[in-house]
Amino acid sequence: MCRREINEEPVLKVSHLKKYFPMGKKQVLKAVDDVSFEIYRGKTLGLVGESGCGKTTCGRTCTGLYSRTAGEVLFKGRDVHAMKGQERKEFTKNVQTIFQDPYASLDPRMKVGDIVAEGLRIHHMVSGKQEEREIVQELLNQVGLQAEHASRYIHEFSGGQRQRVGIARALAIKPEFLVCDEPISALDVSIQAQIVNLLQKMQEKMGLTYLFVAHDLSMVRHISDQVAVMYLGKIVELTSSEELYTHPAHPYTQALLSAIPIPDPDVEEKRERIVLQGDVPSPIAPPPGCRFCSRCRFADEKCRTEEPQMKKIGEGHYAACHRVV
Amino acid sequence: MSLDTKNLLLEETEKEDAFEAAGREEKAQETFYERGIWYNLLISLKENRLAVVCLVILCIVVAASLMAPLSPHDPDAMNLRNKLEAPGKEHFFGTDDLGRDYFTRALYGGRVSLAVGTFSMLISLVVGTLFGTVSGYIGGTVDNLMMRAVDIFMSVPSFLLIIIINSFLSPSMLTMVVIIGIFSWMGVARIVRAETMSLKEREFVLAAKNMGAGNFEIIFRHIIPNMVPSIIVAASISIARAILTESSLSFLGFGVKLPMSSWGSMLQNAQSHIMDVPTLALFPGAFILLTVLSFNVLGDVLRNALEPKMVK
Repeated sequence: MCRREINEEPVLKVSHLKKYFPMGKKQVLKAVDDVSFEIYRGKTLGLVGESGCGKTTCGRTCTGLYSRTAGEVLFKGRDVHAMKGQERKEFTKNVQTIFQDPYASLDPRMKVGDIVAEGLRIHHMVSGKQEEREIVQELLNQVGLQAEHASRYIHEFSGGQRQRVGIARALAIKPEFLVCDEPISALDVSIQAQIVNLLQKMQEKMGLTYLFVAHDLSMVRHISDQVAVMYLGKIVELTSSEELYTHPAHPYTQALLSAIPIPDPDVEEKRERIVLQGDVPSPIAPPPGCRFCSRCRFADEKCRTEEPQMKKIGEGHYAACHRVV
Repeated sequence: MSLDTKNLLLEETEKEDAFEAAGREEKAQETFYERGIWYNLLISLKENRLAVVCLVILCIVVAASLMAPLSPHDPDAMNLRNKLEAPGKEHFFGTDDLGRDYFTRALYGGRVSLAVGTFSMLISLVVGTLFGTVSGYIGGTVDNLMMRAVDIFMSVPSFLLIIIINSFLSPSMLTMVVIIGIFSWMGVARIVRAETMSLKEREFVLAAKNMGAGNFEIIFRHIIPNMVPSIIVAASISIARAILTESSLSFLGFGVKLPMSSWGSMLQNAQSHIMDVPTLALFPGAFILLTVLSFNVLGDVLRNALEPKMVK
């Protein structure tokens, strides 16, 4: 699945990234705590986890929307958070985000055409009104909207159509890398499939690289080459999507996978669910030792005291658990 | 590959279905959406009789003031033999204590009041909007300092100060406009700052940042356009208040120079004849009341009309 050439440089290399938010005087919320991963050209990394585990924060820190607390995000070898001026502008042209909420992320006072063309104008990529209009119309057609939609306001569209507008906006300036921040979770299932197919089609066509944030594991499997599972600000397992779904190593991943319904009644009946007890602990005061130990079936004394490190357990398969060897 | 083509096919059919459904829906709603602000404004006006009345009154007052030079009478021509005439055919509103045509004077006075109101509103709007957006957008210490400056400006007894300044400067329309404008932007700044603070956290601003938009682009393309309804409401209240301030100043004799008239100075003139010729006070008073009231009511209607989401 992941055929990598040794000398190929990853498009995005995140190493030991930390993002803490100050909460009041003495507390800090550790939204992202020591996260590392790499994404190669044309590939998709799925980032999954429960609500509030830091997926979105991680995505936004990677695109430089949030400052980092520690660690490094390298986009094609250059430090994202150290960029300034022209370099930063160049970076924003190459990296785009599709936002989770197509209702909030599109300006209600702008017409669709203006929304899509905004990036083109910012980066001076068109020379005249006529050219701009042609590009916008072509983009709208590409994402499955009609050219005449350009003159409408965003409140005139349904959720799926809005998300298409969001995608057209992100693709307008021909980025190389796209952070899809739960682009489908606000949509209903049939529309989800359309959007995911659209994203895949675009990836093939334009050679895009995706960081695909989601909490829907079956969707992630469909689109990702590699999957990283996040729990409470940390990545607990990182491997190819085939490997993850066939041989999940971390107890948390196992629990998540066991929750996917199987569309075959016979198999579904035999499906064994691992139900997690309790809630996610607060990221303000995570438990010592393994962060998952409070809900883990296998937790023992070592788990409660010693924090497991990410280790290689197979070809391109990493997990952070004491139990896994 | 075959899976992909299947996906694509599936997508196409779904898309068509979705379009058809969307098309049907659109037909039903077309009447509301296709026409934009002016159509919404029309709807809001239809729903609100009072607003229509106010709009008509304002139009009449503004048109009449603009066409004041068409009046056959000279507003400053005195005719002491015809002084304090009652309203009649020759003089619609009668004449004042110097025999000047009161109708014409009221129209010329309207020019002064409306001009002062409009231009000082523009000043307070521009200053207030810029100050408010900068303060709200930057935030932190700068915001704190700027807002304390607003507090200080607000706690100055501005009316007294205006009178003092006016007694040093020679009173003219320009000085009045500037002075009223300078002392009335704080309310606008506060409203705008609050709006900016909430708008700058919205996701579409984040999206624009992500796209590489600079701060100016964000402020002028996203934040200010989204504040238009609040700004318009602030403007209508501001214009009404400016007219009132101008009238009060003129009433106290700090307004425009004689023999130029304004509604306020006409009221002052009427003071000494309030018992025998009450119409002298009635006409300018009614003008002030109706104009200010209309601006206030219309501000409310405009806010509804300019908010695309508020129309179903």
